[in-house]
Amino acid sequence: MSMDTTIKGGGAFADWRLRHQSGIEESRHNVRVFFRDKLAVAGLIVILATLIIAIFAPYLAPYPEQGRGDSDMQDRLQAPSRDHVMGTDQQGRDVLSRIMFGARIPLIISFVVTAGVLLVGVPLGGIAGYFGGWVDEVVMRITDIFLAFPALVFAMALVAFLGASLQNVALALVITWWPWYARLVRGMAISLRERPYVLAAKTMGVSHFTIIRRHILPNTLGPVIVQMTVDVGAVILEVAALSFIGLGAKPPTPEWGLMVSEGREYILSAWWLSTFAGIAIFGLVLAYNLVGDALRDVLDPRLKR
Amino acid sequence: MTMRAYIVRRLALLVFVILGIMAITFFISRVIPSDPTALYLGGGRHTPEQKAEAREKLGLDRPVIVQFGVYVKDFVSGDWGQSLRTRRPVLDDIMGFLPASLELILSAMILAVVLGVSIGAFAAYRKGRFVDHTGRVAAIAGVSLPSFFLALVLQIIFFRVLHLLPVSGQLSIHVAQAHPVKDITGMVVVDALITANWVAFWDAFQHLILPTLALAAYSAGMTMRMTRSAMLDALESDYARMAYAMGVPDKVIVGRYALKNAMAPVLTIIGLLFAYALVGTFFIEQIFAWPGLGTYATISILNLDYPAIMGVTVIVALAYVIVNLIVDLIIAKLDPRVMLS
Amino acid sequence: MGKRATAEQPSASPAVAGADTGRPVLQIEDLRVEFRSLRGVVRALNGVHLTVHEGEIVGLVGESGCGKTVTGYSVLGLLPKPQAQVTSGRILFKGEDLLTKSAKEMRALKGKVISMVFQDPLASLNPVFTVGEQISRVVRVHKDVKKKAALEATKTALQATGLPPTDALLKSYPHQLSGGMRQRVCMAMAISCGSAMLVADEPTTALDVTIQMQILKLLLRLREELGVAQILITHNVGVAAQTCDRIAVMYAGNVVEEGPTAEVLKRPRHPYTLALIECLPQGKTAAELKTIPGAVPDLITPPAGCRFHERCAHVREICRDSLPTPVEVARDHWTACHWVQETAGGGDELGRGAGGEAESLVPAPAGSPGPAPAAAQPAEPEAGDPSTSSEEA
Repeated sequence: MSMDTTIKGGGAFADWRLRHQSGIEESRHNVRVFFRDKLAVAGLIVILATLIIAIFAPYLAPYPEQGRGDSDMQDRLQAPSRDHVMGTDQQGRDVLSRIMFGARIPLIISFVVTAGVLLVGVPLGGIAGYFGGWVDEVVMRITDIFLAFPALVFAMALVAFLGASLQNVALALVITWWPWYARLVRGMAISLRERPYVLAAKTMGVSHFTIIRRHILPNTLGPVIVQMTVDVGAVILEVAALSFIGLGAKPPTPEWGLMVSEGREYILSAWWLSTFAGIAIFGLVLAYNLVGDALRDVLDPRLKR
Repeated sequence: MTMRAYIVRRLALLVFVILGIMAITFFISRVIPSDPTALYLGGGRHTPEQKAEAREKLGLDRPVIVQFGVYVKDFVSGDWGQSLRTRRPVLDDIMGFLPASLELILSAMILAVVLGVSIGAFAAYRKGRFVDHTGRVAAIAGVSLPSFFLALVLQIIFFRVLHLLPVSGQLSIHVAQAHPVKDITGMVVVDALITANWVAFWDAFQHLILPTLALAAYSAGMTMRMTRSAMLDALESDYARMAYAMGVPDKVIVGRYALKNAMAPVLTIIGLLFAYALVGTFFIEQIFAWPGLGTYATISILNLDYPAIMGVTVIVALAYVIVNLIVDLIIAKLDPRVMLS
Repeated sequence: MGKRATAEQPSASPAVAGADTGRPVLQIEDLRVEFRSLRGVVRALNGVHLTVHEGEIVGLVGESGCGKTVTGYSVLGLLPKPQAQVTSGRILFKGEDLLTKSAKEMRALKGKVISMVFQDPLASLNPVFTVGEQISRVVRVHKDVKKKAALEATKTALQATGLPPTDALLKSYPHQLSGGMRQRVCMAMAISCGSAMLVADEPTTALDVTIQMQILKLLLRLREELGVAQILITHNVGVAAQTCDRIAVMYAGNVVEEGPTAEVLKRPRHPYTLALIECLPQGKTAAELKTIPGAVPDLITPPAGCRFHERCAHVREICRDSLPTPVEVARDHWTACHWVQETAGGGDELGRGAGGEAESLVPAPAGSPGPAPAAAQPAEPEAGDPSTSSEEA
């Protein structure tokens, strides 16, 4: 029966753990727990590898000019071979090189979106949660409206009106993602503002904004980082999806979603056009999800306590 | 507060939110320069008089606030404007395309929930064992796969390679001609079932399979993860231990005691997943040539058919908000503590 | 490690008024339990002996981490399986060894014949089911009855714990009740199928002092009216003093002293018990408050012999290597201590009054080589909290 392996040991166990663990030990323990998750480690390796490939694409790619966009119509639609490990596309470009150069896009965009969301959402959430009252109400109503909307639809509409381009995609994604983080930070700020050290700072006359900056926001960083790592995968998927549908990257950008879309009409004869790009998206997103999961497993129990 | 007060409050919030959304999309469509008259007039060059006439016809010459006010009033009375592309009332267009999307979304959500909850609960119960590991791997794969890519892969495997399933439309042409389906709900599978049109039913069902799978993968994965996590919390809780100590059999602890507690977070996520499915249809419909709202929306967006875009936006938001409201109400019914706040 | 020779022998006359020391209902013999943890193996129980007779309330007293909760969990088979292992011993319930029973057999016993209530009644009750539903469920699990009969049994159980068997109560949810009511609900659930034995793990710790009294009185009533034998696990000596017929003092995985409550508290023999009683703050000024220097041993690398020897004022060579076996120092009063064994014979030699002479038995704080009193802090508050104190431990 499985219940007897699921129930916790209760007081006996908990007491002992409380007595025998210190802060540093716990951090080292957390790191060890993270690395014990083999899949998470694999994910981390994939992310690092992608980063390296993205940075050094000009040196690593077998056909760097083609990776950037030069076409070679003589070599169109070649099946994977020794010369072209992943074959060539409808413009004769080496697919592998394009994939390598294309690695830059998800990484850059996720970084930009992350930064944007952090800069906008976190402070707003902190302010709303800290001050409460009408400030909170206003921010809450605004986020309500944004959140009442499926993010991708909103992003699609935005990009449609702004014009299709990767920059606009990034902008649209920042606009649609920040409310989540504002909400998250706001929730935490509400409980944090009652903490003794905050009240102490207030009585000492520390300005509100300094309190928010020094005491409230840093303490929200943990869950925010975890949420961010988990969300990067979703951001990458959205960018690819928007490009697939024609609202993101434009040819000849080697964006993976766009490559899947371009390869669609040749899918029967030249399967390699779409397939490798699709697998690349899948691989990177999977890696981020695995790492995010492990991070959450590691940090969450501590956060709960 | 009572259930009634809760509902009233939520409905008020709903109205506020919809107005807000309409305001946002309305102002975006006006602030960003794009010339709707071009679409209205069709291709080719136009004289300034023609353009001015078009502008007046479209009401573009009035102050923005007034335009918005008129728009809201029209909306409420059922006039959602006229599509610049099809020249038909937007509401009619939307209602025409909606059922096909509903059919797809409903079948995907049902599949996702049934699969996700059962596997998630089982994985939590057998934590650390084979079911758990395989389930988690499958779930995380489902969540990481781009749905459009999955759709393409499914098409290749099941249509091109195995010749098992069809890949476009809701009904094969020959079946639609030989055994036409009466339009009751607009959902072909449902209509065929109701009218006992078995040939069409079977054909429509086959057409539904692949799009549903492609759409459901992400939701199934998320549901599984959420269920597993919520069930673990419940199974490791003190009340589960108490029940165990009182001799309550495992299947009651898992199936009743834990599950009811786990349902709240799971239902919340289902609301979100509905939104995801809504969005997903945009891509899936394109790939499977499914005549739904997604196809209509995508074409409208690419053509800058702003009345249509507004209409789709509002209905998507409306659907999303209503589903979330229903989810919240169910949660309030399940967990008596919610009413306290 | 020898077994207690005379554990099964019933006394001819009850040691304390009201206790019906009949046949033994529960006998824990030489129970050893280990936990696997990341830092090593925790030897939580080191050969625990305990006997509970019919209609008897036995108090299991000790500080946090001494193993009293682990002992309680072992009886009900609640130890977390992969980490916890019973390495030796027997738990005899009416003659049958519970440790050899299959999960299925145990499920038939738990809640029906042996029950447990826990420290936090709010957490122990399922928040999304009503009180009536939860108790009825337990009844239906153990007895093949229809809903109506189960409802009747539920009402009876509620009445037995002093709660009104009204519809309002049956339909209420745990969070709508007060702490005391919730604990009564848990107890009603525990006795709903007529259990012969109840293990109560710190049932009053999470409650207000006034409610504590009520719950303790309830325990006594359950014993009087329903004949339920009980193990009352608590770190509060005062609570045990008021309710228990017999008291067993635990330290670091062993029962170091056991006997009739009044006897053990008035004439403690084991150095730990002596020190514990010494630390009770009654009638002392702040300056006179005592602590036990030193700290509880690390259960991953515990001493081979007596686990208290490092803090004991009467430590001998033999204490370091050999775990003492229990010896009877007075009628039905047992202690596991080499020093007691050595100097045993006349209990009067070591007898003490209400406080005076015992000072010599506790190491003088001034010259003590032990660490600062702060390290011994855990011992102090738990031990010294009799009913008159208004401080929660």
